[in-house]
Amino acid sequence: MASELNKLTIAEASSKLRAREITATQLTRDCLDRIAAAEPRLHAFITVCENEAFEQARAADARLAAGNAPAMCGIPLGIKDIYSTKGIRTTCASRILGTFVPPFDATVIERLRADGAIFVGKTNMDEFAMGSSTENSAFGPTMNPHDTARVAGGSSGGSAAAVAAHECLGALGTDTGGSIREPASFCGVVGIKPTYSRVSRYGVVAYASSLDQVGPFARSVRDAAIIIRAIAGKDVRDSTCSARPVPDYERALTGDVKGLRIGVPREYFVEGMQPEVEKSIRSALKNYESLGASTVEISLPHTGYAIAAYYLVATAEASANLARYDGIRFGLRVNAEDNIALYETTRAKGFGAEVKRRIMLGTFALSAGYYDAYYLKAQKVRTLIRNDFERAFEKCDLIVTPVAPTTAFKIGEKMNDPLTMYLSDIFTISVNLAGLPGMSIPCGHDSNNLPIGMQLIAPPFAEETILRAGDAFERTGAFKPRTAAV
Amino acid sequence: MNREAYEAVIGLEVHTHLLTRSKLFCGCSTTFGAGPNENVCPVCMGMPGVLPVLNRRVVELAIRTGLAAHCAIAPYSIFDRKSYFYPDLPKGYQISQYETPICKGGYIDLLAAENGEPRRIGLTRIHIEEDAGKNIHGENASLVDFNRSGVPLIEIVSEPDLRSAEDAGAYLRQLRAILRYVDASDGKMEEGSFRCDCNVSIRKRGAKEYGVRTEIKNLNSFRFVEDAIEYEVGRQIAIVESGGKVAQETHLWDPARKETRPMRSKEYANDYRYFPEPDLPPLIVPAEMVEMVRASMPELPADRKARYVRELGLTEYEAGVLIADRDVADYFEATLPGLKNRKSAANWVMTEVLRVARDSGKSFVEAVPPAAEVGALLRMVEEQKISLNAAKTAFAAMVKSGKGAQATIAELGLAQVSDESAIAAACDKILAAEPGKVAEYRAGRDKLFGFFVGAVMKAMGGKANPKVINDILRAKLSG
Repeated sequence: MASELNKLTIAEASSKLRAREITATQLTRDCLDRIAAAEPRLHAFITVCENEAFEQARAADARLAAGNAPAMCGIPLGIKDIYSTKGIRTTCASRILGTFVPPFDATVIERLRADGAIFVGKTNMDEFAMGSSTENSAFGPTMNPHDTARVAGGSSGGSAAAVAAHECLGALGTDTGGSIREPASFCGVVGIKPTYSRVSRYGVVAYASSLDQVGPFARSVRDAAIIIRAIAGKDVRDSTCSARPVPDYERALTGDVKGLRIGVPREYFVEGMQPEVEKSIRSALKNYESLGASTVEISLPHTGYAIAAYYLVATAEASANLARYDGIRFGLRVNAEDNIALYETTRAKGFGAEVKRRIMLGTFALSAGYYDAYYLKAQKVRTLIRNDFERAFEKCDLIVTPVAPTTAFKIGEKMNDPLTMYLSDIFTISVNLAGLPGMSIPCGHDSNNLPIGMQLIAPPFAEETILRAGDAFERTGAFKPRTAAV
Repeated sequence: MNREAYEAVIGLEVHTHLLTRSKLFCGCSTTFGAGPNENVCPVCMGMPGVLPVLNRRVVELAIRTGLAAHCAIAPYSIFDRKSYFYPDLPKGYQISQYETPICKGGYIDLLAAENGEPRRIGLTRIHIEEDAGKNIHGENASLVDFNRSGVPLIEIVSEPDLRSAEDAGAYLRQLRAILRYVDASDGKMEEGSFRCDCNVSIRKRGAKEYGVRTEIKNLNSFRFVEDAIEYEVGRQIAIVESGGKVAQETHLWDPARKETRPMRSKEYANDYRYFPEPDLPPLIVPAEMVEMVRASMPELPADRKARYVRELGLTEYEAGVLIADRDVADYFEATLPGLKNRKSAANWVMTEVLRVARDSGKSFVEAVPPAAEVGALLRMVEEQKISLNAAKTAFAAMVKSGKGAQATIAELGLAQVSDESAIAAACDKILAAEPGKVAEYRAGRDKLFGFFVGAVMKAMGGKANPKVINDILRAKLSG
């Protein structure tokens, strides 16, 4: 009988590790055993790092034995394959980086290594984080652990599925337009996108630099708080990273939401939304009221322009960010008669359809004669959206919305209809455009037993507010997430 | 062809490396001459996930240059991405400044030659950007060296205020002098740290509107700039004279054939798709920073020239030659302590010292003896311890041996005899030996005086003080 230490939360495992009740090596073995058993049905990982993980586990055990180890010491994590990991292949789920082994660690990887965390593997994703279902992976899609005929969400689908299926205790994702929150919602786990600039982006392969943000997946709000604390804070290698001190987020988890003013934006309860999603959110709001919070209807009038603005800003930045994959210095190269042909064939073969679509869209938006009409106008819309939130936060401390209009959809269902796919992020994208912190926590199931996520949004750097509110909701026990079927 | 009927309109874009120890956006060394791809890291190699961090020293040097060229320093500027594909450009875009350069406006005064009119050349802007790597083409393969990738550059863009190849040459020399004065650049063309693009058009003399211009790219010596402009102006005049139209094109200068040739449109027709660099926050330059830089500014060439004329009594020409190169001017000033005659020091530096430097093929500082030693030599001339000729002999010996002035004079026995009794004795001997000539002189053949001086000097082994000989001979012959 397996010990199933992999089912522990980070908080539980951390205290057992420090009490020497369990070892990091046992914990890692249970995760790797689970990975071996579940992967054929899930495909949450692109690369499993068994040897490296055991090596890290042995080092963690030595540190734990010596005492005074940090909270993350000995905790097995899944790492989205967008993080540069020294000596470990980093593909971004793209053929163009299919064999790329970076010579350096991302700042957050370096910090987690320094704390003694264990990396069990690199998780699957939409290629270059472009997508909402993890179907745009050159290595094939990730299946939803609650129903393997359905998507795990995206782009950080592998990380969400791995955490939901107990393949690791927590995971790192990235969120540019909802890429942490939407898969967290689809897989029934907690996922946080912190404030833009809260966590260093150094070594995180860029999709859209002004929107990308690093964040964790976990099975509880407390676990997510522990991970953020370990990775957040000033980084001299990222000029856009905030120097603000990082609070002890766990101390914000008081369970007390009395007097908290919760804003409910009318634009986020729209036609075509799955009725069970709205029902779950409304019921969660009732719960908050019973805990002494108040709810107030608010308006975010420019919500309708968010998707258009996002697909101009993000693709414009992406068109430049992905120019470096040219076959010259690393990654795939398809030789040809001259430079230009080499670029063309390498990129034609190396990138998938969605990546090509977004590069072309962004290139067009920045082209001479179109810049003002597209990119510049999109930036103006972005300011309007930010202003919407500023005004809303005069009336409330926290905004609650659904994460996605539906629960997890079927694999293949939206692949031939990019515009419908883009609408999966309709409730999450504005948060990136405004640079705000947002979290998805499980708040219900639909009739197919598929998880529903609730989104909590706070003003910049008010992560403590969403963590406190999320934790308070968990404590009510009003909703107990089901264990994934796989 | 009537060349006189036309005037050229020329604007220059000069790229120069800034003298920093590390690159613009990473900590890699900027040292020239390292082995291929030795001065590189993930950032300047454009690896996935890397981010730029701005080098503060670059900002300071750009401000120094801007202040020296009378520019307005922008309190707020941003960096932009300029996108194009080229193997030496690792990220597929160059981080540059597009709409908001750090320095705007300003001018450079071309210092007037002896009889020339002073000319003021307007500047459009100065902005900061990163350099690319270098392609090296072999027989079967091309290689890329990224040592230069990310080395800081400033681009200095002039207004179309230049009217001839000579103008362009004078502007470049003056600009280089300024860059060297403020320690922004070493201006070494041969190491690629100073490069120039020219925009050239022609118009009928007196016309107000501009003609269609061509851009000549990547000229890496002053000579090439002047030759290319000369050629291009002639080419454009010939086209217009024969009833044709100048095409708006980008040309490359072929120094071997001494002609420009148009690049294929594929080689330059880029839509650079500029947009603000999201990885760098706006560059805020507080007024206090500008004032701090201003307080640390050295004396600039124009001020130095004015001071030489005003305080040292040099002519405009002399001052102009000396200040053209900061090393030469510094050298000149280091010869001065203890000297009464500044003009002779100026002449000495302009002739003897500069000749040695020119002939050596080495840099000025490496080629010439220490300024203090030349000062010592000139003091000995002033105190009549040696003759001017002896000083020249000693100087030539010092250049070769590297020894000091005193030691060289002693070694070569060049010290001058001013002992009146010894000289008087020699004079008596000569006059006694030449009674006929003495009589002729006294009868009015003044020219013979030189003969007596020469004879005495010869008798004294060439080391007698000529002034003392003159005085004594005159006294004796008139007696």
